[in-house]
Amino acid sequence: MLNPLKSIYAKSEPARAYSLLSPALILVTLVMLIPLTLMLSFSFFTQTSFTEIDYSFTVQRYIDFFQKNLLVSLLIKSIKISFLVTLITLLTAYPVCYYIAFYVKKNKMLWLVLLTLPFWTSYLLRVFSWKIILGTKGVINSSLINVGLLNEPLTFLMYSETAVIITLTHAWAAFALLPLYVSLDKIDFSLIEAGRDLGLSRFEVFWKITLPLSLPGIIGAILIIFIPTVGDYVTPALLGGTDGRMLSNMIQGYFGKINNIPLGAASATIMLFTVAIVTMAVSYSTKKLSQRMS
Amino acid sequence: MEQKNNALLIYTLLYFAFLYVPVLFLPLFSFNDGNYMSFPLTGFTTEHYEEMWSKSNLHNALWASIKVGVVASIVSTTIALFAAKAFARYKFRGQNISYGAIMMPFLIPEIILAVSLLIIWLALGFKLGLVPVTLGHILFCTPFAMLILIARIEGFDFSLEEASRDLGENAWGTFFRVSLPLYLPGIIASLLLSFIISFDEFVLAFFLTGSDATLPMYMWAQMRFVQKLPHVLALGAVIIVFTTLIVLLAFWLRNLGQGKKKAEFGINIHE
Repeated sequence: MLNPLKSIYAKSEPARAYSLLSPALILVTLVMLIPLTLMLSFSFFTQTSFTEIDYSFTVQRYIDFFQKNLLVSLLIKSIKISFLVTLITLLTAYPVCYYIAFYVKKNKMLWLVLLTLPFWTSYLLRVFSWKIILGTKGVINSSLINVGLLNEPLTFLMYSETAVIITLTHAWAAFALLPLYVSLDKIDFSLIEAGRDLGLSRFEVFWKITLPLSLPGIIGAILIIFIPTVGDYVTPALLGGTDGRMLSNMIQGYFGKINNIPLGAASATIMLFTVAIVTMAVSYSTKKLSQRMS
Repeated sequence: MEQKNNALLIYTLLYFAFLYVPVLFLPLFSFNDGNYMSFPLTGFTTEHYEEMWSKSNLHNALWASIKVGVVASIVSTTIALFAAKAFARYKFRGQNISYGAIMMPFLIPEIILAVSLLIIWLALGFKLGLVPVTLGHILFCTPFAMLILIARIEGFDFSLEEASRDLGENAWGTFFRVSLPLYLPGIIASLLLSFIISFDEFVLAFFLTGSDATLPMYMWAQMRFVQKLPHVLALGAVIIVFTTLIVLLAFWLRNLGQGKKKAEFGINIHE
């Protein structure tokens, strides 16, 4: 053996695995973990003037956050909007995935391609298309006025919380559809038939067999919609007006015009914690739920 | 398999309409010769497309987006290819943690990634521009690329690689002559989809571009002015057609030679 190190390396699977993984792990560390740590530290500093920051440690920014009614209410509103979007998306998307998983026999692939295709078109454009639909002179108002059902445009359609919820439900739908479909498609249909043969009603079969077995997909869908929508910036900025404003819009302000980077960092950290708590709560309750069911 | 259910079929078709119709208003109104996007349509015109093409800012933004997209897709696909190989080939301690770490950009709202990159970039005293945007896009595309590539590499017969090594080919030769040709459809699919993600990405670009606008940033700036909307519609319509074609090509490549094994498109985090 000329090179003992080399031969140990060649025999060690972990060593080979980690050398293959190292570029990805370095990327995650340099571009995500270190910046996030730095963001966390900035949340303990103080902005003293437009360009200067006092780097001594203080928790004052977090106190500021919870003392500002606006910020707390925007956080609550972000969570509420995100929760509603998640719920509506799940309820509306589930039957579609159920249909494709259990009723479609031919060309399932084609259905799936069609289902995921809209997700790949620009997010900004998907949001923008709702501006065309809901605007004061938009598709809905101009059609209704044309038909004679309306004299004045409906103003509540645009620049409201409702507009934000509708738009987000559309924009993130494809995300929910995939995990839901995958989990439903995995269900062995003979289990459902067995349930029926044993005399369970259609509802009981769904409640006791199909729904629990599709739980992983439901959880996946919840997380994958809640996380991006709670921090969404584009939709509230384009369609929210003052009523539909969310926490992200304030965070953007702190890094932009208002120029209070520490308070912005603290707000972002609080958002990150909210996401972490929701993620853990959802995974924990799933674990409990699936234990109880099995 | 269930028997027929027409109510559910109708509901499903309506849902598809909900997914598709809003987006189709963009191309529809892009050919309308009115300044507002309202019904009734006033007449057919292609002048918005001519106007769109006459903007030099748009050319710059398009070029910026192509540069960022090409670099981001090549780098993230390369990084993801190594990582996917590690997960598909080896069992090792710390596997789940490593997987979770690489997937983490999915589990963090994008605005937070953007803001944290902004802070570090400014703290280091660097100038905002396309470089930090590209870095952010590489971070964001890598988990997507890895999922696509894992799906391709899983079920790959690694004894082919071993045979090549036994026959005296070195590691690089084995990679280029045996592995690469077999992974190639997955690699191209990953390149195309990463490019599209980067090309359409807005939030990271919004915080990090400074004055070098990418195409989504250009559109964002134009969206505020009502008189400029028609040519944004034309641009949007072009982007939608272009993206759809690329994504269909990527889907087709991804499933090439996969038979019925992989019926899953796009992403699935809970596997």
